[in-house]
Amino acid sequence: MTDIRYTEDHEWVRLDDDIATIGITDHAQEALGDVVFVELPEDGREVAEMEACAVVESVKAASDVFSPLAGTVVESNQMIVDDPSLVNGDPMGGGWFFKIELADVEDFEKLMDEAAYKAFLETL
Amino acid sequence: MNALEELTALEANDSFVARHIAPTEAEIAAMLKAVGAASLSDLAAKTVPGSIRVQQAMELPPAIDEAAVIAELRGLSERNVTKKSLIGQGYHGTITPPVVLRNVLENPGWYTAYTPYQAEIAQGRLEALVNFQTMICELTGMEIANASLLDEATAAAEAMHMAHATAKAKSDLLAVASDLHPQVRAVLATRAWPLGITLVDVPAGDAPAVAAAKPFAVVLQYPGTSGAVRDLSAEIAAAHAVGALAIVSADPLSLVLLTPPGEMGADIVVGSAQRFGVPVGFGGPHAGYMATKDALKRTMPGRLVGVSLDAAGVPAMRLALQTREQHIRREKATSNICTAQVLLAVMAGMYAVWHGPTGLMRIARRVNLQARLLAAAAQQGGYGIRFAAFFDTITIDAGARAEALMQRAVAAGFNFRRVDAAGVAIAVDETVTRADLTLLMQVLGGREAVAPDSILPELQRKSLFLQQSVFSAHHAEHEMLRYLKRLEDKDIALNRSMIPLGSCTMKLNATAEMIPITLPGFADIHPFAPADQTEGYKTLIERLCGWLTVATGFAGVSIQPNAGSQGEYAGLLAIRAWHASRGDHARDICLIPSSAHGTNPASAAMAGYKVVVTACDRDGNVDLLDLQAKIAQHGDRLAALMITYPSTHGVFEVAIRDICRLVHEAGGQVYMDGANMNAQVGLTSPGAIGADVCHLNLHKTFCIPHGGGGPGVGPVCVAAHLLPFLPNHPERADAGPATSYGPVSAAPFGSALILPISYAYVRMMGAAGLTKATEVAILNANYVAGRLAPHYPILYAGPSGMVAHECIIDCRGFGAAQVAVEDIAKRLQDYGYHAPTMSWPVAGTLMIEPTESESQAELDRFCDAMIAIRQEIADIEAGFLDAVDNPLKNAPHTAREVMADVWPHPYSRERAAFPLPWVATAKYWPPVKRVDNVYGDRNLVCTCAPLEAYAEAAQ
Repeated sequence: MTDIRYTEDHEWVRLDDDIATIGITDHAQEALGDVVFVELPEDGREVAEMEACAVVESVKAASDVFSPLAGTVVESNQMIVDDPSLVNGDPMGGGWFFKIELADVEDFEKLMDEAAYKAFLETL
Repeated sequence: MNALEELTALEANDSFVARHIAPTEAEIAAMLKAVGAASLSDLAAKTVPGSIRVQQAMELPPAIDEAAVIAELRGLSERNVTKKSLIGQGYHGTITPPVVLRNVLENPGWYTAYTPYQAEIAQGRLEALVNFQTMICELTGMEIANASLLDEATAAAEAMHMAHATAKAKSDLLAVASDLHPQVRAVLATRAWPLGITLVDVPAGDAPAVAAAKPFAVVLQYPGTSGAVRDLSAEIAAAHAVGALAIVSADPLSLVLLTPPGEMGADIVVGSAQRFGVPVGFGGPHAGYMATKDALKRTMPGRLVGVSLDAAGVPAMRLALQTREQHIRREKATSNICTAQVLLAVMAGMYAVWHGPTGLMRIARRVNLQARLLAAAAQQGGYGIRFAAFFDTITIDAGARAEALMQRAVAAGFNFRRVDAAGVAIAVDETVTRADLTLLMQVLGGREAVAPDSILPELQRKSLFLQQSVFSAHHAEHEMLRYLKRLEDKDIALNRSMIPLGSCTMKLNATAEMIPITLPGFADIHPFAPADQTEGYKTLIERLCGWLTVATGFAGVSIQPNAGSQGEYAGLLAIRAWHASRGDHARDICLIPSSAHGTNPASAAMAGYKVVVTACDRDGNVDLLDLQAKIAQHGDRLAALMITYPSTHGVFEVAIRDICRLVHEAGGQVYMDGANMNAQVGLTSPGAIGADVCHLNLHKTFCIPHGGGGPGVGPVCVAAHLLPFLPNHPERADAGPATSYGPVSAAPFGSALILPISYAYVRMMGAAGLTKATEVAILNANYVAGRLAPHYPILYAGPSGMVAHECIIDCRGFGAAQVAVEDIAKRLQDYGYHAPTMSWPVAGTLMIEPTESESQAELDRFCDAMIAIRQEIADIEAGFLDAVDNPLKNAPHTAREVMADVWPHPYSRERAAFPLPWVATAKYWPPVKRVDNVYGDRNLVCTCAPLEAYAEAAQ
C-alpha cells in the first residue's frame, strides 16, 4: 500500500522512490468550492520546504499551494490547468498538482500520516 | 413672535433636513419607543461611549435650503472663468451627448446604483461595462480590459505594480520616457517610493537607452505629452529584449487613426477615457482604463466584467476573477482598488455606442485636420513647429514670443499650454468650432487654410474597430434612448428601493446636490487652467475642507485622493513620511485587526508595510491582549495600526481610546478607516477618539452617489503633526505642502467636479441636521435589529445592547433546510430588494445598514421581506416546501419563467413572484436567474461578441 502523508495546509504527499506527488485533500477542495483556476510551477524549479509554488482558486477563494518538502519540480499536472474541476472530482488522484524530486527522502517521515491528519481535522 | 421672526420660521432654511432624514417625527418617536430609548440624544448616550463623545455642536455655517444652495453654488461656478482650454496633457474638451447627459449622468437610475456584486439585479450596468471593456480592447488592440481604474496616472502606477510582479527581468528600475505627461510621471514616482522602485528617465524614441536601463518595464506615452506621434515598436522591442514589459499610456481618441499599441507589441496599455463624453470637470472624475494581454489577466487590478450563463442557460454577466481583488486576497491582492469609475466608464462606453466607429472616425479626423490647419497657421505666423508628426496636439516653438502668444490666446478666449520657455502647445478637441478655428488662426497669424499630412502612412491605423453590433445599432436618438432605458430598468438602484448594504452607506443622493455638477462653470474647467481662472473651485474646496476638518476633529484635509482606497494609501504615506522625517526608518509593521476590510492590508502592502494581523474577540472587538502582545513583539518596528470605527462589526468599541494609547506609547500612529463615519458625525470624531489620520468616503457619508461602482472621493484628514505630509501636485502649488512626497492622483484636486455634492449636503444640513442624521442612522439600524431579532440572531452589540449604524444578522443556522446566505440574498430580489452586504465581515451573515434616509415605512417593508423569507425557511424545515425545489433555491424568478406555459415547481407562481401583497403593486422583475459564477470564471469572456454566440455555445 502506498504511503500517503498530509500537512496542516491540507495537502497530501505520495512518495514513489524519491519522487513526491503533491495535491490538495478532499477537505481542502470541499472548503474551496468549485475550482476555476490553478497555476503550477515550472519544471526544474528548486523549491524550499513550505515554499508557495502553486495557486488554486475558486470563485470565492484563492489559496497558495506549498511544497511541503524541499526538492526540484519534475512535473506539473497540465490536466488540471485545462480542466480545474478535476481537483474537485478526484483530489487524491487525477487532481494532483505537481511532482518533486526530494532533496532528502527522509524528510517525508516528518509529515503527518492519515490517522494524525484525521485527528487534526477533528480539531478544526 | 414679531413679523420678522415669523418670516424666518416660514422661510424654513433648514427644510432640507426633513427631506434627507426620511423618518417623520412621529416615526422617530415610534421607533425610539421600539428600541427602548427616550429620545435621540438618549439613544446616542446609550450607544456611543461617553469617553469619546463630543458634546459641543460642530462649528458649521447655518443650514440653507435647496434653492439657496443651488444659487450659492451657481455663484461659485461663475467665479470660475470658462475659457476654451486647449491645454491637453491628458484632459480634453468633449461634448457629452445630450442623450447620455440626461439619461445617464443626470439619471438616478444610473448614478444611485451600487457596485454590481449582486449580478442578477445589475445586468444593465454590467452590459454597459462590457461595452466599455470592448471599446478599450478594440481601440488599444489588446485582448482584455478591465471596467475602469481611477485616472490615467494611477492606471500607469497600477501597470507599474503589475509589471514589477510579472516581468522576467528581476529589476527594481522603471524606465520612463521623457515625453510622459508630468502628472503621470509624478504619480509613478510617489507609488514607486515605498516599494523601493527607482524611476530612470530615458529620452523618448531612444530604444537603446531603454535596454541600457535594464528595467523591469518601460512606460511610454502615445502620443507624447508634446503631441509628437512616433512608432513605439523599437522601444517596446528593446524592453522585451531585456525581459522587461512595455507599458503604453495612450489617448483613446488618437487610436482611431493611429496604429494601436497592441499592434506594436505593448504588454499593458493604460489611459483615460475622459474625452469620450465625460466633462473635464477640473480633473475628474473620469474613467481610467487598463488593457493587457490574456496571459497577464490574473495580475490585472480592478473589476472585470465577464459573461456567463444563468441557471436557465441564458447569457448573463457578472464580476469575474474576483479572487484577484483585495476583498479576497488582502495584502496579496493585485491592488488596493475597490471603488472604480463605473458611472464615467458607462458614459464613455455609451459615447462610443452613440457615435459608433464612423462617428469616432469623423471626430478624430476633424480634430486632426484642425490641428494641421493650426500647425500651418503657426508656420505662416513665423513660429516653428517642433514635431511634424502629431494627432491633435501641436507644440509651437515661439522663441521670445511665447508669453505674448499665451496672452493673446487668453484674450481671445483660449488657454494654451506653456511647455517650457519657448514652447507652447495647443491641443484641439471636438468642442473647437469653425469660429474658434478662425480665431485661433488669427491668434497665430495664419493667412491661408492649408493642412499638410501629420501622420506617417506606416502609423495610420489599418485594423477595423468596434464592429460589434452594439456600436452601430443605436445612432438614432430613439434607439439610444430606449437602449439606455432598457438597461436602466434591469437594475435596482436607490430610485427603486432601499439598498441596505452594510459599510456602504447608501443614503440619499439629493437632486439639489446633483444639479450643480453639470453647471458649465464647474464642468468645463481644465485641471491645469491658470489659477486665476479657478477662484470659484478654490473657494469651494477651501470651505469644504474646512467643514471636513471640523467633522473629523483634525487639523487639515487633502481632497486629492479619488477613492477611499487612495485616501487610505495617502494616509499611510503620511505616516511613513512622518516616521522618516524623524529619522525613524525601521518602522515597517502595520497592525490590522482580522475584521478589517481587505483594502486595509492591500493599502498597507502598497505603502511598503508588512501586515501583522491582530485577533478579534468573540464580540468582534479588537482583542486587547493580542494587540498588546503584538505591540510588545514589534515595538520598535511598529509604524501604524489601521482600525475601523465603529468596528466593521457595527459596534462602538469601548476600548478604542486604550487601543490608540497603546499604539502611541509604542511609537506608532493610528490610522482610522472612515468607512463608518456615518455613525460618528456630530457625536464623536476620529480626532476625539485619538487617531492621527483618517480617510473619508464622500461617496458614503457625504452623499456623493455610488454611480454603480464609482466615482468616489476619499479625502485624507490628518492631525497637525502630519500636515506637512499631505499629498501635493507638480502643477498646482496650492494643492498641498511643498514638504510632501508628491501626488497620489493625476489631478491636483482629485475628482473636483463632484465636490459640490458634498458641499451642498453639509450646507443644507448644518451642524444640527448632520448630528440628527447620525442619530437617526443609529436609530434606524437599531429598529431593524429589533424587528429582525425574533427571526434571525443579531451578532454583536455594544454593552447597552445597541448596535451602531448597522447590524449583522446570522444566516448560518439553516443547514437543516439546506439554505445558505446566498439563497436569502437572491430571494430578496424577488421581493424587489438589493441584498445587504453578504458574508462580510463574517461568512454566512448579512450586514444591514439602513442609513437615515429610509423611512419607517420602507424599513418595515424590508423587514417584512426578511421575515417572510424566514417563514419560507421554516416551511422548508417543516416539510411544507420541498427541500430542493423551493422559492429560495430557485430565486430569483424571472418574468419569462413565471409566465411560461410550463411551471414545473411544487409551489405556486404567485408565491414565486408576489410573495407579499405589496410586491405586486410595483413588481421588479430580475432580468436573469441566478448567475453561474463557476462557469463564467472557467470560460472567461469579457468583451461583447454578439450575445447570440454565447447562447449557441451553451447549447
